[in-house]
Amino acid sequence: MKNALRLAAVNEEALALGLSPGLALADARARVPDLRVVDHDPLADGALLIWLADSCGMYSPMVALDPPDGIILDITGCAHLWGGEKDLLSDLAARLTRQGFTARIALAETPDRAGAFARHGGEVIAINRRTPPNRVNEARSTFRAEPSHWHSSPQDGPHLPVAALDLPDDQTVALRRAGLTSVAMLAARPRAGLAARFGKGMTAKLARVLGEEDIHITPRRHLPALVFLHRFAEPVARTDYMLGVIGELAGEAEIELRERGEGGRHFTVSLFRSDGDTRRLTIETGAATRDPALLIRLFRERIDSLSDPLDPGFGYDAIRLDVGNTAVLAPAQTSLDGRAQTGEAVNGLIDRLGTRLGTGRVRRFASGDSHIPECAAYTTPASAPALPLPWAQVEAGEPPLRPLHLFDPPQRVDVIAEVPDGPPRRFRWRRGTHDVVAHEGPERIAAEWWKRRDGHQSGKGGLTRDYYRVEDSTGRRFWLFRHGLYGAEQQNPDWYLHGAFV
Amino acid sequence: MNNRTDSLAQLKRRINALSRSDRPEPAGLFTLGHEAMDVRLGGGLARGALHEVLGSDAAVASGFALMLALRTLMPGVLGKPILWVMTDRAERQSGRLYGPGLVELGVNPDQLISIHAPDELSALRVGADILGCMEVGAAIIEAGEAKKLDLTASRRLALAAEKSSVTCLITRAPGTVIASAASTRWSVAPAPSTNLPGNAPGQACLHVHLLRHRGGVAPFDMTLEWNRDDILFAPPAGFGPVFVPAALPRDLPAPVERRQMAA
Repeated sequence: MKNALRLAAVNEEALALGLSPGLALADARARVPDLRVVDHDPLADGALLIWLADSCGMYSPMVALDPPDGIILDITGCAHLWGGEKDLLSDLAARLTRQGFTARIALAETPDRAGAFARHGGEVIAINRRTPPNRVNEARSTFRAEPSHWHSSPQDGPHLPVAALDLPDDQTVALRRAGLTSVAMLAARPRAGLAARFGKGMTAKLARVLGEEDIHITPRRHLPALVFLHRFAEPVARTDYMLGVIGELAGEAEIELRERGEGGRHFTVSLFRSDGDTRRLTIETGAATRDPALLIRLFRERIDSLSDPLDPGFGYDAIRLDVGNTAVLAPAQTSLDGRAQTGEAVNGLIDRLGTRLGTGRVRRFASGDSHIPECAAYTTPASAPALPLPWAQVEAGEPPLRPLHLFDPPQRVDVIAEVPDGPPRRFRWRRGTHDVVAHEGPERIAAEWWKRRDGHQSGKGGLTRDYYRVEDSTGRRFWLFRHGLYGAEQQNPDWYLHGAFV
Repeated sequence: MNNRTDSLAQLKRRINALSRSDRPEPAGLFTLGHEAMDVRLGGGLARGALHEVLGSDAAVASGFALMLALRTLMPGVLGKPILWVMTDRAERQSGRLYGPGLVELGVNPDQLISIHAPDELSALRVGADILGCMEVGAAIIEAGEAKKLDLTASRRLALAAEKSSVTCLITRAPGTVIASAASTRWSVAPAPSTNLPGNAPGQACLHVHLLRHRGGVAPFDMTLEWNRDDILFAPPAGFGPVFVPAALPRDLPAPVERRQMAA
């Protein structure tokens, strides 16, 4: 049946009324006349899943998406912050319920096993907004009471149907026809035979669902080197207090980093709002650091310079500080008069200005490996490590051959020359006429023909530039070029002003 | 009687103590390398102060500011960083700073850090931050037609410069002359260079005009050539040796004024 509107997803009430995903809309309307239908929007669902994954960042930095409707958290080493695995899960369940989600949560040794239990397991928590509070508490108490179910061992396979293996439909049907309906029954069979019939992929998946083989999830965000979390008993809305907490976290980070003999260059604070919204603030420093006072100053600068100011709403539940990009940082030797080492103050200044204006606005100069004037020099963010490419040396006694200011792109000028391939005599630039009284040139600079397709053939290598240093009657000195050789490359070459000398 | 002189001396001592703690030691002078000019200026320009450079030609104005910045680093501390604050508008107008061109003026581009402020107000804020850092060699602020750089703002910058003894050079467009706390104010214009053989343009040459000096030096103007190899200002080549008076009396009226009196 083509071109029929079908149900993509249904809520629990609809499920109770006998509707299920895949049913044609007309049939569903026939059964439930006052059915409320909303257009299926996979993109919005995807965005919501990402939003939810971000807010799950308060439980663990290892968050991965399992589209279309799953989120995987690796809580290894995180559970103690919440008082154990059960408390973490109960907090997560309560949070999701409060936000109005229907969630099925499962905890297992491997991501595949947890996913299989969440999607196909029998008695996982399935709660939603409409669930009466006593039912939620009941659900919570069930999983507390039966930890074995949550921390499943390979033996309790019988809960899982073969569909949990996510095999192609024909294979699932083939397994069912063979009488193999549960994962446990498959587990009891010799693997070699299964692999011969259904392929290696199937046995690998079986091993993962049984928890025999572990694959690591790929987290959504680059995993920080260190993570520090602070939870609040009550949501907090005051910026000053939050900065104080960030300071405490930075203090903890300092102790840890000092023990490792390292410093961080990339710091991110994630603010988890009580309604599930997440705000991330990132600062970067040029040199590795672990100084809490410096970090606080930079974060204050960052918050002050936000174009979209912090909106605490009903307050923040938790703050997480991630330290990334760590590097070895030897303890600094201060001189006897208590002053820090030279260069440190300037680095601090660069970091502060970079945090306020954006790191792209504080730049240093670098020399490029090219003879094309605009490519011979570029600027990079000052916080990035410098590339040690030497600058071209100048000859003593020579006048400046390169301008102080370079126009990028070059500015078109109207030039009068005595002969078409000769030096300029007079030119018009920015509504002013300049009479050339002295000139030097041409300095002929060829295009980078080897970078062009068929550049070695004549006429395809790009236009040659003839540069002239000129001085006008008022003493202003400019750098002009003719774009293309007269006659050979261009019939009527254009002139450009590329720079201004002192 | 005795009691009264005692209390007077006590008061004087108190006033002295107050005024000294308020005002840090002056950071000294830096010379320009051009003997006649240094004599005129009474030894040079003040370190840890504001110097304004007015010029309609952006390349010449920022070039002169850069040359002065290099002179402040001159005895020995050439490696200190120079921080250059510019606004996006000024950069669109006059082009970007070009590394090889900086080398041609005798500055190592590696010691230069450029800060691109979105507007003039934030450029001044950045300037104040830079002047608070003692390790900065010199600061150059391209203020353009900054209406925000009024007496209060420049006083703030001047105090910060005095405290950290970082010299600050401000370039601004002519015609926007508002009262400011700058130590000196210069106007610069391009000057025809001494042409090299083959009618080629010669060394960087500029015509400077001292408009205002806090120390009471009379205004004067002079044509200078920049010597990149020795990092100093020199008389334009071809002018021959310039007579340098051993010491120019401070209260000597400028020659122009004397002629006017005679007339």
